[in-house]
Amino acid sequence: MRVHPLPVRLTHWVNAIAMTVMIMSGWRIYNASPLFPFEIPAWLTLGNWLGGALAWHFAAMWLLAGNFAFYLTYGLLSGHVRRRLLPLRPSDVAHDLSQALRFRLPHAGTEYNAVQRLLYLLAGLGIAGAIVSGLAIWKPVQLAPLTFLLGGYEIARRVHFAAMSGLVLFVLIHVMLVAIVPRTLPPMITGRAGASR
Amino acid sequence: MTDPTLANHRTALRRLPRRALLRGSLSVGALTLLTGCNLEDDDAVDRVLTAMSRWNDRVQAALFSRTRLAPVFRESDITDPFPFNAYYPIDQVRNVDGDAWRLEVTGAVAERRSWSLAELRALPAESQITRHICIEGWSAIGQWAGVPFRDFLQRIGADTRARYVAFHCADDYRSSIDMATALHPQTLLALTFRGAPLPSKYGFPVKLRVPTKLGFKNPKHVMAIEVTNKFPGGFWEDYGYNWFSGI
Repeated sequence: MRVHPLPVRLTHWVNAIAMTVMIMSGWRIYNASPLFPFEIPAWLTLGNWLGGALAWHFAAMWLLAGNFAFYLTYGLLSGHVRRRLLPLRPSDVAHDLSQALRFRLPHAGTEYNAVQRLLYLLAGLGIAGAIVSGLAIWKPVQLAPLTFLLGGYEIARRVHFAAMSGLVLFVLIHVMLVAIVPRTLPPMITGRAGASR
Repeated sequence: MTDPTLANHRTALRRLPRRALLRGSLSVGALTLLTGCNLEDDDAVDRVLTAMSRWNDRVQAALFSRTRLAPVFRESDITDPFPFNAYYPIDQVRNVDGDAWRLEVTGAVAERRSWSLAELRALPAESQITRHICIEGWSAIGQWAGVPFRDFLQRIGADTRARYVAFHCADDYRSSIDMATALHPQTLLALTFRGAPLPSKYGFPVKLRVPTKLGFKNPKHVMAIEVTNKFPGGFWEDYGYNWFSGI
């Protein structure tokens, strides 16, 4: 049974690498001038120093944005987003969430439950938010209208931090759920669900 | 220490890369050329990151608009106190003697001569209130006034087809910018901050104010300007900060 088409698997893993590099280098950049009264432990960061972290960040941003653009193009044109992620009804989310919290939520092979749909749509929004706020603080003069829409440079910095925080939260939940239901992992690599249940 | 920006900066100074500091004790440029490695310890990774940084230089040059202006602010928006930042702590700020100081002009220019502070102060000046954005992430709004750099380049008969303008400073700092940015209407040879001659900590007697680039591309205590086609690099650029660093 085909669970995940090749473009989805490919973009999933490229995105996993790109997001890891972006988040870990971003934490190093954050440490150069922390917005809040805490720093990220250096061992969790990438780049050795500010210049190295920025070099990683501004290299991997092309991978993240290019991969995301490819996924969106594929997902919208092929109908993948419409078929697998939509519709998203609040009543379904409420029902599936209460089931999930009692560990009673069925995890069917080819159909995402409402909680999954919500999480994956939020992850997509989080990446889009990170890219848009990232552009706003990278180019607050050349893209001044965008930075203005986000409330100016200093607010946009915080929006970028919030987008990162949301994505980190998603990754934690996502990885935890895979750990609880490990049979969901092989299909994201091979594309097929296992023969046994 | 009441200003969080200043406090942040103080900690950032302490966190200067140990490697960078070690290299700083030698000739930075020579060591970079020798090892060819300044971003990552691994040579292959370093080559990829450096290539991507050069690619980002080209993308940013293409994104740069010669006419789009940096947002300007009101006097009440000015950050007070405006943070001090340099590659050394504030107690090592150079005190330049304004009477003895001369601005040297070299390279692809018609008139290679030096300028006194009085001569620069006699030129038509412009003022701006713009946001200074540091590569570390923090920002602060300040008010600078001085000679539009475009006018100065015309006055010295600079070859504006040359690719770079390089700056050498009294605090042994160096930086360089692309000609398009040098000709941008808001790029200033700043002589004053908030209406008074630049204090030493903000770069007396002359600081290049470039509101379209990150803070480290705004050299202070400028002593020499060189118009050139040979890539000049700079203090932080040689360690691996992205050269164009436009905003």
